[in-house]
Amino acid sequence: MPIQLKRKGEFIRVHIEGGLNIYCASEAKEQLLQALAKGQDLEVDLSDLDELDTAGVQLMLMLKQEAQRCNKSCAFINHGPAVREVIDLLNLASALGDPVVIPA
Amino acid sequence: MDLDSARGALVQESRELLIAMEAGLLDIEQNGMSTDAINAVFRAAHTIKGSAGLFALDHIVSFTHVMENVLDRVRSGRLGLDEQMLSVLLASGDYLSKLIDGIDAQRDDIEPDAPLRALLLQQLSDYLPNENKDVVATAKPEPAVEVMNAERGGSDSWHISLRLSPDVLRSGMDPLSFLRYLGKLGRIVYMNTLTETLPAAAEFDPETLYLGFEIEFESEADKQTIENVFEFVREESVIRILPPHSKVDAYVAHIKSLPEEPQLLGEILVACGALTRTELEHVLGMQSDAPGQKPPIGTLLVEEQVVHPGVVSAALTKQQEKHEKKQHEQRFIKVDVDKLDALINLVGELVIAGAAAQLAAKTDGSTATQESTATVGELVENIRDAALSLRMVPIGEVFQRYPRVVRDISKDLGKKIELVISGAETELDKSMVEKLADPLTHIVRNAIDHGIESVERRQAAGKPATGTLRLHAYHDSGSIAIEISDDGAGLNKERIRNKGIERGLITAEQQLSDQEIYRLIFEPGFSTAEQITNLSGRGVGMDVVRKNIDALRGEVEVESREGEGATVRIRLPLTLAIIDGFQVSVAGAAFVLPLEMVKECADLIAADVYRNLVSLRGEPLPFIRLRELFAVEGAQPQRESLVVVQYGGQRVGLVVDSLVGELQAVIKPLGALFRDMRGISGSTILGNGQVALILDVPNLAHSVTAQHVTTTSQSAPRALSSTH
Repeated sequence: MPIQLKRKGEFIRVHIEGGLNIYCASEAKEQLLQALAKGQDLEVDLSDLDELDTAGVQLMLMLKQEAQRCNKSCAFINHGPAVREVIDLLNLASALGDPVVIPA
Repeated sequence: MDLDSARGALVQESRELLIAMEAGLLDIEQNGMSTDAINAVFRAAHTIKGSAGLFALDHIVSFTHVMENVLDRVRSGRLGLDEQMLSVLLASGDYLSKLIDGIDAQRDDIEPDAPLRALLLQQLSDYLPNENKDVVATAKPEPAVEVMNAERGGSDSWHISLRLSPDVLRSGMDPLSFLRYLGKLGRIVYMNTLTETLPAAAEFDPETLYLGFEIEFESEADKQTIENVFEFVREESVIRILPPHSKVDAYVAHIKSLPEEPQLLGEILVACGALTRTELEHVLGMQSDAPGQKPPIGTLLVEEQVVHPGVVSAALTKQQEKHEKKQHEQRFIKVDVDKLDALINLVGELVIAGAAAQLAAKTDGSTATQESTATVGELVENIRDAALSLRMVPIGEVFQRYPRVVRDISKDLGKKIELVISGAETELDKSMVEKLADPLTHIVRNAIDHGIESVERRQAAGKPATGTLRLHAYHDSGSIAIEISDDGAGLNKERIRNKGIERGLITAEQQLSDQEIYRLIFEPGFSTAEQITNLSGRGVGMDVVRKNIDALRGEVEVESREGEGATVRIRLPLTLAIIDGFQVSVAGAAFVLPLEMVKECADLIAADVYRNLVSLRGEPLPFIRLRELFAVEGAQPQRESLVVVQYGGQRVGLVVDSLVGELQAVIKPLGALFRDMRGISGSTILGNGQVALILDVPNLAHSVTAQHVTTTSQSAPRALSSTH
């Protein structure tokens, strides 16, 4: 679960690779909250995220919630197939509120 | 109740149900369609499915479900039952027996006969309309409740509410995987993930589960199956599974159609699938926790939203009816056979000890002591009888398997045979019933195969086209007799004789009585079948039959009339453990005779004796001197007594020194050393500690009649029916 940060002023781009799951949940929580604290607009690129479990979903929801609380924005982009499957199963697309691009 | 004994109960119950199913099907075949019979068959399939579902034995559940669908259509008159379907259903019952055997042997993971299963499912599904067929093809687990009004609309979805334990993630489980699996059991119509409980980031523990799930779920699966999905996350979780609304009517109808054994309301709900065992336990837990007055279980369940009110009231009515019925029912309790055996052994020891006490009281006790030991002795006798009767079962248990055997074999051979069973209520020792089944099957097969002729030959001989096979059991002087008789061609004396010479069993010069010729068929490797069928004719069978019967201390004889039929008669002692005996003595050695075989006692008058015959009231009676038979040393006393014993129509005199009297004898088997000892069947311990030998009366009777041409009706067979 390497998380890379790119900063452009108030815009933060986070790129998560591998898995977002119970094994790295504590670490991921710290890093994601730090990333959010660094700027105003957070964008999380999920294109290389190939494993997501319930703990990971909770992190995503928590991050959204926290962003809202601080009047910041947080968007998940480039959902890969693994992420889409989970979001569909749990019917969380609307809760997360990100446009999910479904490949043709 | 531990799992193994629960499985044992499942196996036993299923076997009983399969027997009932078979009986029902055969009844329909014989006597045409009847509501009772088809209901019994349906109920059997249905109950087996329900029990198997409790143990998640999906291979049984999915198979019985298809059977049940077919039977339900028959029951409701939407489908006719023809001979072909009967055969398919009977074969399906046999296949289920195999599955049950597998469970008994703890090998339920092994498919005993995959091609057969596929074939039967195919044949069964041919009777189903198309919408049920895909169910067969995919063999998914199905609802435990048949919807009586057939149609399942789209509104029929389960509602599943999950509030899993917060620690689920920490214990390495992911709710997603359960939900994915749920998706395999049916269709998740709507998933509502509850995120309200997510705390703020500071309090957020990434390893705690905060999400809840509300799911609308459309599936053919029954409640137990759905609940099992969440089996591993049940601890500390709140899981509610509400059945589809439109199915409530079906539950109500179903509860009313349940079989008659008394059950708790909760149990009824479990049985019909509206409620699972876990929920019931949960509610029962609540019931005992509830302070003060306890609300009835039904109310609790409804409050808890576990079942719909309609279901509960139907179950309550059912319970009411059950209580009323219960008073008229025979009640049974199942007891481990080993416990019974232990009891009987103890009673045996008690009998011996009681005899010793009585003897001691007689020799040096006061009158009071003698009286009290006599009372104890009487009670011991009653206890013995009661204990032995616990092991007695009606022979009908064995007989009930033959309608099917006869049906199948006669179909195979193209013969028409009617089976007549009488005396099925005759009781004998349980252990014998089990050992009798195989020999009887051999004899029945032989009778059908060799005895009863084909339809053409019967008609040519001027007999009715349908042959008759009779199974008859009755009690006869201390033994039980079982007759298997047919009205076929009888035994062919000439052919048996030639075969015997060919096999070197007899020489061509030997003059044999009919009986002796017939007895040859029990020799190993003897078979006169002109063509080897798959039933008999390989020359194994009848010798095994005799071996089995010998092992039970019984005997087997054959009567036959050329062209009119044959009868095989098996005689067995009633019990293997304790008998009423009659004690005699020869030169101080004690011998015991089974009292039921003793007809009378008399003084032996020297003037009436002619070689080995004695004239008793003008009738000649062959006799044996035990003194000579066992080569007992010592001088012959002045007066000897004659004991007349009777066994199976033969009377024989036994000459002894003196008569001692009646006693209860606990039979102790003789060791291998005495195996070839003729005339002795066992030993017993007398009250004074002395060992007495138990005489084998049947054997003695035979050895006498072998030496004499007796007046008993040996060559002319008696009528097949017997009065007693």
